[in-house]
This record gives sequence, C-alpha cells and structure tokens, in this order.
Amino acid sequence: MRGYLNPGLPKPTPAPDGLDAPFWEAAAQGVLKLQRCGACGHWQWGPEWICHRCLSDNLGFEAVAPRGRIYSFERVWHPVHPALREQGPYLIALVELPHCDGVRMIGNLLGDPRQPVAIGAPVRAEFEHHANADPPFTLVQWTLEKAAA
Amino acid sequence: MTRSLRGQVAVLGVGETAYYKRGEAPDAEFKLALKAIITACEDAGISPKSIDGFASFSNDRSDPSRLAAALGIHDLRFANMQWGGGGGGGSAAVGNAAAAIVAGMAECVVVFRALAQGQFGRFGQGPQRNVIAGDMAHSVPYGLMSPAQMFAMKVQRFMHDHGVEQSALRAISLASYHHAQNNPRAVMHGRPLDEAKYDASRWIVEPFHLFDCCQENDGAAAMVLAPAERAKESPHRPAYLLGAVAGSHHRAGAPVHNAPDYATSAFKTVAPRLYEMAGLAPSDVDVLQCYENFTGGVLMSMVEHGFCEPDSCNEFFVKENLLAPNGKLPTNTSGGNLAECYMHGLGLNIEAVRQIRGVSTNQVADANVALVASGPMVTPVSSCVFGSEATL
Repeated sequence: MRGYLNPGLPKPTPAPDGLDAPFWEAAAQGVLKLQRCGACGHWQWGPEWICHRCLSDNLGFEAVAPRGRIYSFERVWHPVHPALREQGPYLIALVELPHCDGVRMIGNLLGDPRQPVAIGAPVRAEFEHHANADPPFTLVQWTLEKAAA
Repeated sequence: MTRSLRGQVAVLGVGETAYYKRGEAPDAEFKLALKAIITACEDAGISPKSIDGFASFSNDRSDPSRLAAALGIHDLRFANMQWGGGGGGGSAAVGNAAAAIVAGMAECVVVFRALAQGQFGRFGQGPQRNVIAGDMAHSVPYGLMSPAQMFAMKVQRFMHDHGVEQSALRAISLASYHHAQNNPRAVMHGRPLDEAKYDASRWIVEPFHLFDCCQENDGAAAMVLAPAERAKESPHRPAYLLGAVAGSHHRAGAPVHNAPDYATSAFKTVAPRLYEMAGLAPSDVDVLQCYENFTGGVLMSMVEHGFCEPDSCNEFFVKENLLAPNGKLPTNTSGGNLAECYMHGLGLNIEAVRQIRGVSTNQVADANVALVASGPMVTPVSSCVFGSEATL
C-alpha cells in the first residue's frame, strides 16, 4: 500500500526489550492498544516499565477507541531525509486521547497537506499497513472526523 | 548555612576559535577544543598546565583525559559531563564547574564545548537506516525526526494558547542578525536581515522560517573558572557567577511528546531557583543571552524567566525592545546561535562575560547583571547569571 509519506523512511520495529511490542502487534490487526496500569487504572504513553503514578509494574495493553483531537500540529516543508526530497509539505499531528487520560500520539494528518488545521479538531485513527515491506509494519495515522464521515 | 554558588567563583578567561560554517573549519574538532582552551588561558593570564578540571555537556567528544594529556596537565582533579542533549547543559556545565570549585574538588576548571558538525554529522538531518525502535519508532516513521520538527510542535501550541503572532518570532531573529553586523566573529557578519527577507524566506517547518533556526557550525569555545578571590589576577574587569541552576518540570521527559505541561521551554521550575540563588529579580537583569535553537524557544524562555507575560508577547517582542544598547532588554548581543555561531550555546555564556567586562561589540552601558538561558525545550535545561563586582 502506498503511504502518506514517500517510502524510504526508517520503519518502526518493536523495541528489542519488547516494551512496545503489543502496540505494534495490535496495530497490524487494525486495533489501537495503549498501555494501562492494572493497579491504578491510569493510561500512559509512550509505554514504560512501571506506572508513573503508582509505580506498579502491573501494566498491560488494552484496546481503546481510535479517536482523539488535535493537540498540536506542524506542516513540514524542509526535507531532512533523502526519502522526503520529492515529498513536498506534509502534516504531522500530535493527537490527544481524552478518554485515555489525555495521552498523546504522533501521526500524520491525512488529506491535503496544505489544508488549514485547527487545534482541538476531532480525528480518528486510520491504520496504514505496509504488509509487503521488509520488515512489515503498520503506521497509525489520523484523519479529521468530518472528512471521514 | 545557605548553600549557594553566589559570588564564590569568577570567570578568569574566555576563548573561542574562529567560527565557521559547518565543514569549513581547517582543524580537527579536538584541535579546535585545544585552541579554544589555550586562548581562554591566555585571556586569563594563566598556564594551561594549571587547569585541574574540565566540564562540558551534550556528550562532547573531546575527552578530558585526552585534553589533559595533550595540554601537559599534571594533576587532573575534575572531569564532568552534564547529561542531556541539545544546548540544555551549557549553563549547567558552568554550574558544575563552579560547584567543584566551591566544594574544594578543583581550583581551576575549564568549561568548554567543541563541535565540528562538518566532521561528525549534522544535527539537522534525520536518521538514515532501515528500521528504528524505541521511542523514536513512534515519531520518525511519520517524518518527525529533526530538532526543528520536535520543537515546532511545542511552539505551535504555545502560540495557539497565547495568540502569539509570527512577528514575535521574527523580532528575535532580526535582533540577532542586527547584533551580528557589529560582531566581526559572527558567521553572519556582513549578511543583514530585514523584515522582507525574513518574510520571504522558506519555511523549514511551520511556524519556523529559515531565519528562525540556528546555524550548523564548526568551532570551539572555552571559559576558565576559578575561586572568586583569584578574579583580581585576571587583567579584565571581574565577572562573577551569581547563580547557576538546571533541571526541568514534572515528567518533562515523558516519551512521545507526553509531558503534561507541553508547550513550555522547560524553565518554569528552573528560573525561580536561579533568581533565588542569585538574589535577583527579572527587573535586575541588564542584558540577556538566550539560547536559540529556534526563535520560539527564545520566546518561551523569556516568558518563563519573567521578562514578559505570556499574553503580552506580541507587544514585547518587537525588534527595538531586544537591541543593544538601549532596548528594554538587549538580547543575544553577539548575534547568538542564529547569527554569530552555534557553538551549542557556550558562546552565549562568553558574550555574557564580555558584557560584564564592558567589551561586547554591542555593549550595554553599565551592564552589571547578565543572564544566560541554555537550551530551551530539551530536558534538563539550565540557566546562570553573571555579575560585576558591584553586584556582590
């Protein structure tokens, strides 16, 4: 599948220590899973070995509704990687998930890269699968809710 | 007993190599370090062999033991590296050196930074490999991989929250380039900038134009610190350290842009400790050197050091307010990282000392208090303040 960005950027792979492996395995199945503390019930992201609130190591990954709202964003123009030389501008969004204690995730905001972007706008996740890449990977991208309807 | 660095350490000497665009230094990075250190010792009027400590930051490659061997130092007593990337350690390294002196661990410590991006790779380029793991796996594949891209996200949110306009960022860049035109050391000397040129410059990543971004340079800078009572040995008007602090707020380093207080330079908890140690208030500061990785970081640093209310940025950040000699708060009077040289910000500390000595190329009259803020938006950040004898 063709992605939002031109091919050739470093591909995400689970951390060698396994910390974020459940996230990537779920994403490959089209499911958004984030880390939740089994002791105090709070969410945290990125994943860590203990809960930063209660310090329990009883952590797991749970599926969450794949939606959020734009906390911040940026439109990138200058390519800092050879794969992006012919890309033109692209949008990166920092998305907060209010139903998960406001944890934030990075992804591209799909659609016209020159579109106006409003902080606070609701978005939902779209899974961008690269099953034939070596190694295969899935990116969690975001699209405006109204555009998706 | 009050524990403080205030007035206990002086800067005896400062030294810099010539500053170069990246790739243009005629010397190897390690030789650049040696040249800056030797120049700083000459400025101090001491032998390099009397140095007994080194302090640096951001994983400087010039190892203190190799420096000591090359310089023929007899008795190395202190070899210190401030953790953390970017320029956040610039003033922390000054503080660490001073702490060693105050604690009796060393007598004469050199703070230095040597950086030849032309020889070891550019900070402004993304990683080029097939796969990436860890925290970076959650940003790099989306095209978020350079410092400008990491920090534009914070600045965008701050500008949104406080209605900050592009003109505020532009004023910071214009002031740096204005000052550089009087500074023959500046890489951008002879290359003035005006509003039209800034506005017409290309976007790097919104809200940063080209001229909102620091340079990538080759060079080295060094400062010689010693107990305050030795200040009189120096041929210069003495410059004393009044305070130095480092750190960051609650979970500033939370992965994947999850710091709870996100749109910040990371100085909110740090700056009040600096003023407390120095016994000063923002209104006491005569001249400011404020690290520019990107102009938006300068703006937030100045807000969080108490020079401007967050909702008054559009009024405060106009070029005239930031200019020496008569602006409200002359800022980055050497041209700084934008227009003098990106020596990871140590050039800012040296410019602060020059202002206290009264020898800046953009001198502020009666500059008795010079504050330096190092490395906004990274963690830990640091800041320090230098003062004349009148401030002791």
